[in-house]
Amino acid sequence: MNNENKAVAKKKKKLEGPNKLPIKERMKIPRQVMPAQDPNVRKKNFEEVPFGLSEEMAFIEAERCLDCPTQPCVKGCPVEVDIPGFIKLILEKDYAAAARKIKETNALPAVCGRVCPQEEQCEIVCITGKGKSGKPVAIGYLERFVADYEREHNLVQLPKNAPPTGRKVAIVGSGPAGLTVAGDLIKLGHEVTIFEALHRPGGVLVYGIPEFRLPKSIVQAECDVLADMGVQFRNSTVIGKTDTIDELFEMGYDAIFIGTGAGLPNFMGIEGENLIGIYSANEYLTRSNLMRAFDEDEYDTPIIRGKNVAVLGGGNTAMDAVRTALRLGAENAYIVYRRSEKEMPARIEEIHHAEEEGVQFHLLTTPIKFIGDEQNRVKAMECVKMELGEPDASGRRRPVPIEGSNYIMEVDLVVVAIGNSSNPLIPQTTPGLECNRWGNIVADPETMQTSRKGVYAGGDIVTGGATVILAAGAGKKAARAIHKYLMEEVKK
Amino acid sequence: MPKVVDNQQIGPLIWKMQVEVPRLVEKAKAGQFVILRVNDHGERVPMSIAGLNREKGLLTIVYQVVGKTSALMTTVEAGGEIADCVGPLGVASHVDNWGIACLIGGGIGIAPIYPIAQAYKEAGNKVITIIGARSKDILFYEEEHKAVADELYVCTDDGSYGHHGFVSDKLKELLDDGVKIGNIMAIGPVPMMKVVANLTKEYNVPTWVSLNPLMIDGTGMCGGCRVAVGGETKFACVDGPDFDGHKVDFDLLTARLGAYRDQERKAMKRFLEDPHCRLAESVRQFKYPDEVNK
Ligand SMILES: Cc1cc2nc3c(=O)[nH]c(=O)nc-3n(C[C@H](O)[C@H](O)[C@H](O)COP(=O)(O)OP(=O)(O)OC[C@H]3O[C@@H](n4cnc5c(N)ncnc54)[C@H](O)[C@@H]3O)c2cc1C
Ligand SMILES: Cc1cc2nc3c(=O)[nH]c(=O)nc-3n(C[C@H](O)[C@H](O)[C@H](O)COP(=O)(O)OP(=O)(O)OC[C@H]3O[C@@H](n4cnc5c(N)ncnc54)[C@H](O)[C@@H]3O)c2cc1C
Ligand code: SF4
Ligand code: SF4
Ligand code: FES
Repeated sequence: MNNENKAVAKKKKKLEGPNKLPIKERMKIPRQVMPAQDPNVRKKNFEEVPFGLSEEMAFIEAERCLDCPTQPCVKGCPVEVDIPGFIKLILEKDYAAAARKIKETNALPAVCGRVCPQEEQCEIVCITGKGKSGKPVAIGYLERFVADYEREHNLVQLPKNAPPTGRKVAIVGSGPAGLTVAGDLIKLGHEVTIFEALHRPGGVLVYGIPEFRLPKSIVQAECDVLADMGVQFRNSTVIGKTDTIDELFEMGYDAIFIGTGAGLPNFMGIEGENLIGIYSANEYLTRSNLMRAFDEDEYDTPIIRGKNVAVLGGGNTAMDAVRTALRLGAENAYIVYRRSEKEMPARIEEIHHAEEEGVQFHLLTTPIKFIGDEQNRVKAMECVKMELGEPDASGRRRPVPIEGSNYIMEVDLVVVAIGNSSNPLIPQTTPGLECNRWGNIVADPETMQTSRKGVYAGGDIVTGGATVILAAGAGKKAARAIHKYLMEEVKK
Repeated sequence: MPKVVDNQQIGPLIWKMQVEVPRLVEKAKAGQFVILRVNDHGERVPMSIAGLNREKGLLTIVYQVVGKTSALMTTVEAGGEIADCVGPLGVASHVDNWGIACLIGGGIGIAPIYPIAQAYKEAGNKVITIIGARSKDILFYEEEHKAVADELYVCTDDGSYGHHGFVSDKLKELLDDGVKIGNIMAIGPVPMMKVVANLTKEYNVPTWVSLNPLMIDGTGMCGGCRVAVGGETKFACVDGPDFDGHKVDFDLLTARLGAYRDQERKAMKRFLEDPHCRLAESVRQFKYPDEVNK
């Protein structure tokens, strides 16, 4: 325990018990710093970077919450987790109850505690953060703490499912949206089956986000709970190929939820893009995460281990790819991004982690051509420097190339992480399913209902690439609407 | 986990496997493919559909040992299981009545043209099939093709059986003889498909080829399977695997297939030297083509 923490503990003892600390005192407690692997060690392994809070640190952090009557944090969270409510339960040391409290609105706290962009959602509006310390309550850390505690101490209670309703629901895609819908509907007594194209459920949580940020065992544990509750998993089943949406209805499903994500990688469309050694982020991360190519002694899928690796883009995906490259042995790992650091969509924490691990940032830079060797392997990239011009439609200043600033960057691996579009498999095979001009399925923002009766959709397939919690939130809404539809319009 | 009903050797390094995947088989069409994993640590490998028994729900694939995963596949016993098998993937082969339709199968490609030949036949075509291999002992599926084709030509590079020469030589003969072929489908090693496509371009006969780039998911998610067709980038797993042979950049395909050469060879070597894996002697003696001549 450091000195500051000790002083806090002492004062609290005097006041006998939790939450008795006067507000002024609480505002003086420093935000707890999550212990993490040393950057020089962790950049060579795939183990999770932050270790999580200890019970004691979690308690102290919880004390920082002022239990504000206006609860701005709750409004900052896309699914309105009862934040002061679960924090109070931490102060009562009833961690399992705290986890259950979160799960009332967010089915995946162990995941969200790790990957939510808290700094721009629940934490940015926290009152404690407006005080002297300037640091909000570490809501994400606490969320992770209680969920991990509950899981690691086998305290996860299976909620009792309502009596069977005789209604059947098919869920397409097992990302956070699909998993959330499944959990909510099984509790209400419906029969639920998840159809997943890949051989393992979890969506981006298993194929995209790396082990060092979100251990796959956590996602598996979430799926195991659903399976224990009675959710059927049908992996290796591609809807639109193995079965179509209409065939699912024929098979007796009464309602269908589509949560297939944004899984069609964008490329730059420049010369040399099909050279060996140019991956989409999806391919690179899938090889490493889902297929576990990083563990070459145990798993069979190969991956290119570059020495000089350039990752194109500035989002979470780009940070994940560049940090993966370091762990796969890159000597130089670059982020090449056409705007400035301020515009990077990645979480600040991830940019910071990448910097600590030695990632080199080439900002205001864009490649215009890839150059290959005689074996068609990429060996260099011609880049051009950019400057920021007038704001564009997104409100960000548009990067414009600086004439004559071209230069050559030597690289033997390039990962293109400039976003995804939506996969057309289901729209192409589902007559009457309305999509917008980007190929996203059109759904009612409140009920998530699509243009087809009994068909609902949510997550990235509706919004385009967004966040885990937004996908899970859409799943919540859809589950509510599906339940209503099943009970009111499907006669049994 | 899908049950393997049968897995037997039908050539020196060629095996035929039957897997019980009823729903997949019900939906599958000629020209599509599946992706399977032998075990939980294995690669996802794409395999063309080489036969469908709809009554029993059985899928037939024919595979050649070219590396670790295909070698591993030979160790699965009849009655055993594989980890998973997903499909049918890709777009089915285009089938029409062109009058005379020609199928060309080289090497392992002899297998997947069989269900396509059946489909062509059902559509009312006169079917001419040309199959070829390096030598007699690597030929298979002759009986099957004989049963479907109106005319069957068998070629061997070394002249050990049938016509002495390449499948493309036989095709040229037919075209020069004025046989009015309305459509050609060629499946086989990339150099074979390239030669056929170059030839038929001169004769202006529409020619499909089935491309086999490296794949992972097979659903359009990763872009690893990209190929260049008519100057455009396509994802073979969802836009193909069949493409207009006159427009395919075969050299790019060849290059991309070699992306993991060193890693694959290392894995294969380790696997062959592992005393625990039960491999047929012929598989254990496996050599890469460029090692044979040394
Ligand atoms: C590398 C990376 C890092 C990210 N980091 C973060 C982060 O730190 N924080 C954050 O909040 N968000 C992050 N995101 C975004 C977040 O992961 C997504 O917004 C979220 O996963 C979307 O959830 P979803 O349920 O809509 O779909 P997905 O998670 O994409 O899951 C869709 C599932 O559907 C399956 N599927 C697709 N088509 C079919 C079909 N035809 N039949 C059957 N199954 C099908 C897919 O295989 C997949 O498993 C990241 C994304 C990526 C790619
Ligand atoms: C649509 C499609 C259909 C196919 N159908 C058949 C088939 O019916 N029978 C058959 O024997 N093979 C088929 N293949 C090729 C087969 O998938 C590969 O031979 C197999 O993956 C090799 O794995 P390996 O570990 O044994 O060899 P590796 O050691 O991985 O590779 C050896 C060689 O095989 C090639 N190869 C490796 N992986 C792939 C891959 N995923 N796709 C294509 N080529 C690859 C490489 O060029 C390499 O040089 C098909 C491929 C595709 C894309
Ligand atoms: S779900 Fe995300 S945004 Fe909501 S409280 Fe938890 S960490 Fe914050
Ligand atoms: S805003 Fe901050 S201090 Fe106030 S209740 Fe929420 S977490 Fe606690
Ligand atoms: S195999 Fe991944 S997109 Fe085709």
